[in-house]
Amino acid sequence: MTSLATANLPDHRSQSPEVAERFRRLKERPVVLEVEQLGRQFNGQNGPITALHDISLRVHRRELVCVIGPSGCGKSTLIRIVAGLDEPTAGRMLVDGKETRGPCPERGMVFQGYTLFPWLTVKRNVMFGLEMAGMGRDLAEAEARLWIQLVGLNKFSDSFPHQLSGGMKQRVAIARALAPNPRVLLMDEPFGALDAQTRAQMQAHLLEIWRNVDVTILFITHDLDEAIFLADRIVVLKAHPGEIQEIIEVPVPRPRNLAQVSSPEFLATRRRLEELIHPREANAPMEKLPFIRMTNVGDDVE
Amino acid sequence: MSRTRWFAIGQQLASRARVALTLLSFLLPLIAWSLVSYVPWIWHPLIRVGSPGDVAWFKQGLLVDRAVFAEENSKVAAAGGRLSEGVRANPIFLPAPHAVAKAFYTAFHTPPILRDELWLHQSLALSIKTIFLGFAISSVVGVPLGILCGAYTPVSRLAEPVIDFVRYMPAPAFGALAVAVLGIYDAPKIAIIVIGTFFQQVLVIANTVRRHDPALIEAAQTLGARPRQLLLRVVVPSCIVDLYNDQRILLGWAWTYLIVAEIVGVSSGITFFINQQAKYRNFENVYAAIIIIGIIGLGTDQALSLVGQHLFPWRQTRPSQLAAFLGRLFSMRNVPVFFRPPGPPTES
Repeated sequence: MTSLATANLPDHRSQSPEVAERFRRLKERPVVLEVEQLGRQFNGQNGPITALHDISLRVHRRELVCVIGPSGCGKSTLIRIVAGLDEPTAGRMLVDGKETRGPCPERGMVFQGYTLFPWLTVKRNVMFGLEMAGMGRDLAEAEARLWIQLVGLNKFSDSFPHQLSGGMKQRVAIARALAPNPRVLLMDEPFGALDAQTRAQMQAHLLEIWRNVDVTILFITHDLDEAIFLADRIVVLKAHPGEIQEIIEVPVPRPRNLAQVSSPEFLATRRRLEELIHPREANAPMEKLPFIRMTNVGDDVE
Repeated sequence: MSRTRWFAIGQQLASRARVALTLLSFLLPLIAWSLVSYVPWIWHPLIRVGSPGDVAWFKQGLLVDRAVFAEENSKVAAAGGRLSEGVRANPIFLPAPHAVAKAFYTAFHTPPILRDELWLHQSLALSIKTIFLGFAISSVVGVPLGILCGAYTPVSRLAEPVIDFVRYMPAPAFGALAVAVLGIYDAPKIAIIVIGTFFQQVLVIANTVRRHDPALIEAAQTLGARPRQLLLRVVVPSCIVDLYNDQRILLGWAWTYLIVAEIVGVSSGITFFINQQAKYRNFENVYAAIIIIGIIGLGTDQALSLVGQHLFPWRQTRPSQLAAFLGRLFSMRNVPVFFRPPGPPTES
């Protein structure tokens, strides 16, 4: 961490011409998801608690935006409001310029806890949203087959969720959320429960899907590297109250690959995120725990 | 394989040990019963008179208290008469296992004593009909109402307090009322079963449905499910396995109401058979009939468990001991009955 802070890194705002050009074109695209001065208060024991305050955000078509922040910053509340599973106490939300509220398949969601329907096979899980939209059984089945193929699970289309690994379950969840053709795909720490190796695979997989599907992604995470690896822009929230602290345009060029993790742009972005999220950690020494020696003299492990 | 640790909490047993314990749980009471029946110095508080000797009122086969027998014999001995002889015996209400085992056969083959009485199998059929009609009527209303209570708080607040109240009224208390309203034949009996099952059923089903996973509801909402679809396509399927197991347990409860239900109005079914046989002092038939009820109950439950495994492939219901046992029995594996020398260990 100290090597990061002292290294001679470029500013995270400096972009190569290609990246700058990409952002210019990105911002010319229509805005798909717009959040205007969104606020959310909860009634606590000692009066109202502000979980989110004055959140304004515009996400362009086929942009991949990550939301990151310390625990308790309200990032989960934010994505639940966008999904329509929670009501904002202030502000409004627009999809394709039209105000919207409540859950709707135009905003698909992938949850951290998989939430696959355990009584349905992989295929029937993916068909669920299509059937809810009133699509006939045969058509829905054909459509579902395509999505299952896209996430590479053809062999498992007749398996039940409990027979799949965590990574496979989350791929089914992504296919299920994408099948009804949402404008926005919301992902709430979807890879948080996976082991490091599977998570890296899933990130690469997600970018692959995003490249091939016309969908805009809002992705919640607490993993800094995940945010930089995936995002066009990173929204950094701060806690108490949950407000937008900064929106970072990730200068790492696309297409992304794992080798970029040690590139100067990546490290500069990471340094900036660390400054924002753990501001005091660099200089404040760790609190010393009041330990009493409970081993014999000379019996040392370090 | 390592030695089985019997008392580690939550420890699964090897299948051989499990089967052995299952058999033992039936064998232990049977052994206790056999000891009391066949070992003359255990209990046996009476004497069955063999030859009456000079005791005037003794007859062959008479059962008398041991103290009375000794007293009468001492009187005869004092008068210099022939002593009465006999063997220690149990009271007539405790027949020996073999007598009950024989009754299983004879009870079905003995024609009824009175002309209008029913054969045992007819009595059983009547009882089973009463149970299943009562349970079906209760379920037709109770299951949907329970699901609505579990899913929608207003329905729950409207229905559950009064159901909770009525639940504490013992079903047999409605017996006289049921006869007054429904007559003396089958209808009031079915009504008692319905009353005994319904109120518990609504509460049990509602509680199960309330335990549904809210995350699945949210997932379905983001996929465009509307309220009706949420109930029928998410809430109900998500707890269908638990509901099925609830129904199995509730069917067991319905059986416990059978006996009180059948003495309402004209006594009928297996209860009538039991009472009648007790009147004739054929206690082995009484035991046989009671055990048959147990066998029917357990058999139904195990059959339903087996059916459940095929209905819900995504989740095992409570594993059926009997089905597992029969499966092993037919494949001749792991059954203690076929003791074979232990082969080379297959698991390490």
